[in-house]
Amino acid sequence: MRIRLTVNGVDHESDVEPRSLLVHHLRHQLGLTGTNVGCDTSSCGACTVIVDGQSVKSCTMLTVQANGREVTTIEGLADGDEMHPMQQAFQAEHGLQCGYCTPGMVMAAVSLLQENPHPTDAEVRLGLEGNLCRCTGYHNIVKAVLTAAEAPQVPIPHVTVRSGQEVSA
Amino acid sequence: MTATETPPVVVEPDANGNRIIGRPRVRREDPRLLSGEAKFTDDLDLPGALHLAVLRSPLAHARITSIDLSGALGLPGVVAAYTGEDLADLWATPMPCAWAVTEDMLNSPHYPIAIGKVCYVGDGVAAVLATSNEAARDALESIIVDYDPLPAVVDLEDALSDRVLVHEDLGTNTSYTWKLDVGLDEVEAAFASAAHVVKERYVQQRLIPMAMEPRAVAAVPQPFGGDITLYSATQIPHVLKVMTAITLGIPEQQLRVIAPSVGGGFGSKLDVYAEELLCTALAQKHRVAVRWVEERTENAQATIQGRGQIQDIELAADENGKLLAVRVNLLADMGGYLQLITPGIPLLGAFLYAGVYDLPLAYSFTCTGVYTTLTPTDAYRGAGRPEATYAIERAMDRLAVATGLDPVELRRRNFIQKEQFPYTAFTGLVYDSGDHDGALTKALAMVDYDGVRAEQAARRAAGSTRHLGIGISTYFEMCGLAPSRVLASLNYSAGGWESATVRVLPTNKVQVVTGASPHGQGHETSWSMIVAERLGVDPDDVDVLHSDTALAPLGMDTYGSRSLAVGGIAIYQAIDKVIDKARLIAAHILECDPLDLEFDLGTFSVRGTPSSQVPLAQVAFAAFTAHDLPDGLEPNLEAQVTYDPPNFSWPFGTHICVLDIDEETGAIDVVKFVAVDDCGNQINPTIVDGQVHGGVIQGLAQALFEEAIYDADGNPLTSTLADYLVPAACDVPPITTGHTITPSPTNPLGVKGIGEAGTIGSAPAVMNAVVDALSHLGVTEMAMPASPLRVWTAIEAARVAGGASPTAATPGGAS
Amino acid sequence: MIPAAFDYTVAESVDHAIALLGEHGDDAKLIAGGHSLLPLMKLRLATPAMLIDVDRLDELSFVRDGGDHIAIGARTRHHDVQNSLLLQTDVPILAHAAGQVGDPQVRHRGTIGGSIAHADPASDLPAVLLALGGSLVARGPSGDRVIDARDFFVGFLESALAPTEVLTEIRVPKVPGVGWSFQKFNRRAQDWAIVGVAAVHNNGSSGVGLVNMGSTPLFAAGVVEALRNGASAADAAAHADEGTEPQTDINATPEYRRHLVKVLVRRALEEAGA
Repeated sequence: MRIRLTVNGVDHESDVEPRSLLVHHLRHQLGLTGTNVGCDTSSCGACTVIVDGQSVKSCTMLTVQANGREVTTIEGLADGDEMHPMQQAFQAEHGLQCGYCTPGMVMAAVSLLQENPHPTDAEVRLGLEGNLCRCTGYHNIVKAVLTAAEAPQVPIPHVTVRSGQEVSA
Repeated sequence: MTATETPPVVVEPDANGNRIIGRPRVRREDPRLLSGEAKFTDDLDLPGALHLAVLRSPLAHARITSIDLSGALGLPGVVAAYTGEDLADLWATPMPCAWAVTEDMLNSPHYPIAIGKVCYVGDGVAAVLATSNEAARDALESIIVDYDPLPAVVDLEDALSDRVLVHEDLGTNTSYTWKLDVGLDEVEAAFASAAHVVKERYVQQRLIPMAMEPRAVAAVPQPFGGDITLYSATQIPHVLKVMTAITLGIPEQQLRVIAPSVGGGFGSKLDVYAEELLCTALAQKHRVAVRWVEERTENAQATIQGRGQIQDIELAADENGKLLAVRVNLLADMGGYLQLITPGIPLLGAFLYAGVYDLPLAYSFTCTGVYTTLTPTDAYRGAGRPEATYAIERAMDRLAVATGLDPVELRRRNFIQKEQFPYTAFTGLVYDSGDHDGALTKALAMVDYDGVRAEQAARRAAGSTRHLGIGISTYFEMCGLAPSRVLASLNYSAGGWESATVRVLPTNKVQVVTGASPHGQGHETSWSMIVAERLGVDPDDVDVLHSDTALAPLGMDTYGSRSLAVGGIAIYQAIDKVIDKARLIAAHILECDPLDLEFDLGTFSVRGTPSSQVPLAQVAFAAFTAHDLPDGLEPNLEAQVTYDPPNFSWPFGTHICVLDIDEETGAIDVVKFVAVDDCGNQINPTIVDGQVHGGVIQGLAQALFEEAIYDADGNPLTSTLADYLVPAACDVPPITTGHTITPSPTNPLGVKGIGEAGTIGSAPAVMNAVVDALSHLGVTEMAMPASPLRVWTAIEAARVAGGASPTAATPGGAS
Repeated sequence: MIPAAFDYTVAESVDHAIALLGEHGDDAKLIAGGHSLLPLMKLRLATPAMLIDVDRLDELSFVRDGGDHIAIGARTRHHDVQNSLLLQTDVPILAHAAGQVGDPQVRHRGTIGGSIAHADPASDLPAVLLALGGSLVARGPSGDRVIDARDFFVGFLESALAPTEVLTEIRVPKVPGVGWSFQKFNRRAQDWAIVGVAAVHNNGSSGVGLVNMGSTPLFAAGVVEALRNGASAADAAAHADEGTEPQTDINATPEYRRHLVKVLVRRALEEAGA
């Protein structure tokens, strides 16, 4: 099936099998290997990317379902040579060790701050409930997100449309 | 990528004279990991590579009666498919076990793809090569295997009975019995006369290491000459190279092993795995790159697991609670086969079952290793030492109850005192340095011990159904693996040294080559700090090369909290050699006696005449041009050192857990966790704390969440991260860390190691807190993990049994 | 990790989806957010030959005021249910419970319709729907029909939907200001509930739904009956396990679930002011 995907601001047209998972498409066809795979059951969050402005687990989305959508991956988060405030905070607070969960954790954290710009410690922990890390014990990840929340907010890059209905009133 | 700005080098030295070492520094590894630029093994772009997929046994124990590959071979994209018998000629030897712990240890041959019989769910039965991972995985579904099922062996005592043999060729399921007895008569006498005897049984449940990066392998034939490069998500590229060469009969020099970015290991990547051997052998056979990536479900079945022991521990103590003797009997689960160091893991704990306590020469330890039809076990964070610490620390709390002493007081009475170091233990090992009371006292203050005991008493008095528990553990971490002679005495097949090369380049930049192989520990940052401190260069001007056997040909890799205490000292000593050589050149330039030169902040100066000086940069360039060197001196500024530690190092500390148990549901909420760890001098305190945080949560997860569960037929019930409960951020508490610093006298940096400390200290602290919380209800024991179901069941059982005895009230009372 | 191969069609409308279901029969499955189906397909525990994608049916993404009830489109994502001001005001228990499903990433993709049509007894939202006394709108070849929530969950992972019907709308009565509680007991926040309880209570009228206490989501009729007869929360909760058939799994025994459900119902009723 022919699809078009905008990834980190770049349009890609590709032929994909219906069974292709978005994470595999990003990694194998587009060469964006920063997004990792850590499980089979949507549990670990290592594959988290932003689709139309919201975090999703790219192992649990068919590539064909992303047709026409905008995807931001870890590779698209920095502004040129300037790391995104979340990336900077993860380094400053030692929020990563082996780094395998990190791209997904950072993308989940970016999405979290977009929805809740000034979270408490507990809200950060709950907001990252879908991301597993085996190295850090989460302590410094939480610190990093709280530190990033102190920095001037930067909109998620490469997002021009946002999914989700306008909240009804 | 711009790194977050690092603080400028502080010029004023600290009390130790250090300007860089001992100060927090952000990691240089981070930008590539944060940007997605880092390459893990499965990220490598290898055009034309074939994909390996392994068909795995769905049965725990069965004879293979037939395998029909024809359905797979006809599918699009499938290049080849093999049974174990088809591949038998590729192996010069069975898969390696490097630790025959006794002369008569029984080890049944183990092949990458099983031949004739499977011994656990996940054992490989066929291999497929295809042009895509999808095609390879699809093809597995078309392979037809007929099995003749055999009874599973899932229980350790059942295994010991030999009712069903896992390996008929061995005639028994017992692989070995290993003993460490010191003063058997004294042990007997102590137990006969002791005022207090505690006899406990603890079960160390199997754990799945669950490194976030599943394993991945790629073997790439080089264009000319028959060489092969093996990429693997491994902790041990050097060991893997030797073992792969031996197992495949490949000349070692034709094999290069690279560990790219590695996403955590925790011991699970300290092994030689079937898929590494398969990819290499098949790449050689087909003369094409072969790659494999593990799925999480495979990881839960075919990557080694940790722990898996039944521990019987007995303590004899006098009327004051002072330990007189310790007797330990272990039953250790090997799983279906012996992997690289499977049999040795429980023995790494043999030296620690008396914990941090002053034990007379009265100790008896026996470990029996048995085969079961489960996934092989091997090293998991701490490897033998968390198990030992758990048993002694849990038993000490039982002894506290028996003696009526507060657990704090009982521990204090038994501590090896600060003045006793260096302390020769009952095992003959020498503990380098320690201050157990110092760490305990600090931790008690941090947790407000008296305050939480008072709150506990108040809640009990008020009849609350939310019970507060306070648990303490004081631990030693035997690390810095390892003095080669000690390893020899344990019959281990390799040494415990580490290698380093320090090379000052012509432009005064520095290359460090280390045999350690990091996978999250931040060696590049720490090693650059050591070099920068000593050579007076900027840490960013120090390049650290590692994890590639072509760049770093000598190494013993990373595990057992060894990298700094062994590999870091190798670097230190190589720097010494570089400075010594540079001193000769500097003296030659300054026309002075080398003994008159001081070296500080990268400059040689004549003692007493500071204006007479030459910077290292000038010396380095002179060494490079070699135009005018002292007679007999070789060009270039480079030194290589292989360091064999004289002793283990002995980090220690106290962990205290405060938790809250909801009596009605059995749910546990950890309120506070304090960890005071002493790892000697610290290179980078940021990294030290990070290691503690991660280790504590892994130990806490063993105590409260994780367990590899099998049914009676040996079927795994926890093969996904939806079933195997690795906790997330909201499921665990923040950690309050503190440190005391007691330098090791056995190495020039005064360092000890910190990688496993958190895991070793935390599980017993948590479980002591769980039992403490419920002691007034009559609960005296709790198995790990303390799931809500287990907690509720224990409370109900205690209720039926009639509640607490009066002596089981708050230990020592609220003081 | 890789699903078995299948064919795929994007439904252009609900009627198109219905037609496709008729065409492909049992071989076809609807997919929206995919968070119930795709994990099963990746483990190859489900191997549909055809997926009909209703994820693009924006017409099914809405939260509307229906007078005495709120109507929620089946494709409305959990995140949008959670954050709907209308629901937060008029049916707060549903907005709250939607925020307890899975994790944020799951809630960004998963849909209320998918969650309910999957009819998983361990799922949170069906119990809420039962407690509220909601209803479901299903559209088939012959048009719409409304199914009472208490008639919807007919077996394990089995709903009252006919093979050619599409769940289009979830209706829940407005209950502004009523007492409510959602108790989800699990070991990790991201997990399915070991036992869960949804309770609403208003002036002697109550509804209680149970999660993971049998092969279907359950309405705790015994509890509601006891409350109607004037029982206290604690006394009513003693009826919580009536009519349940809790299962054994790695986290719980039937006895433990029976105990837990009583504790959680009592707590829920107390929180809801019963």
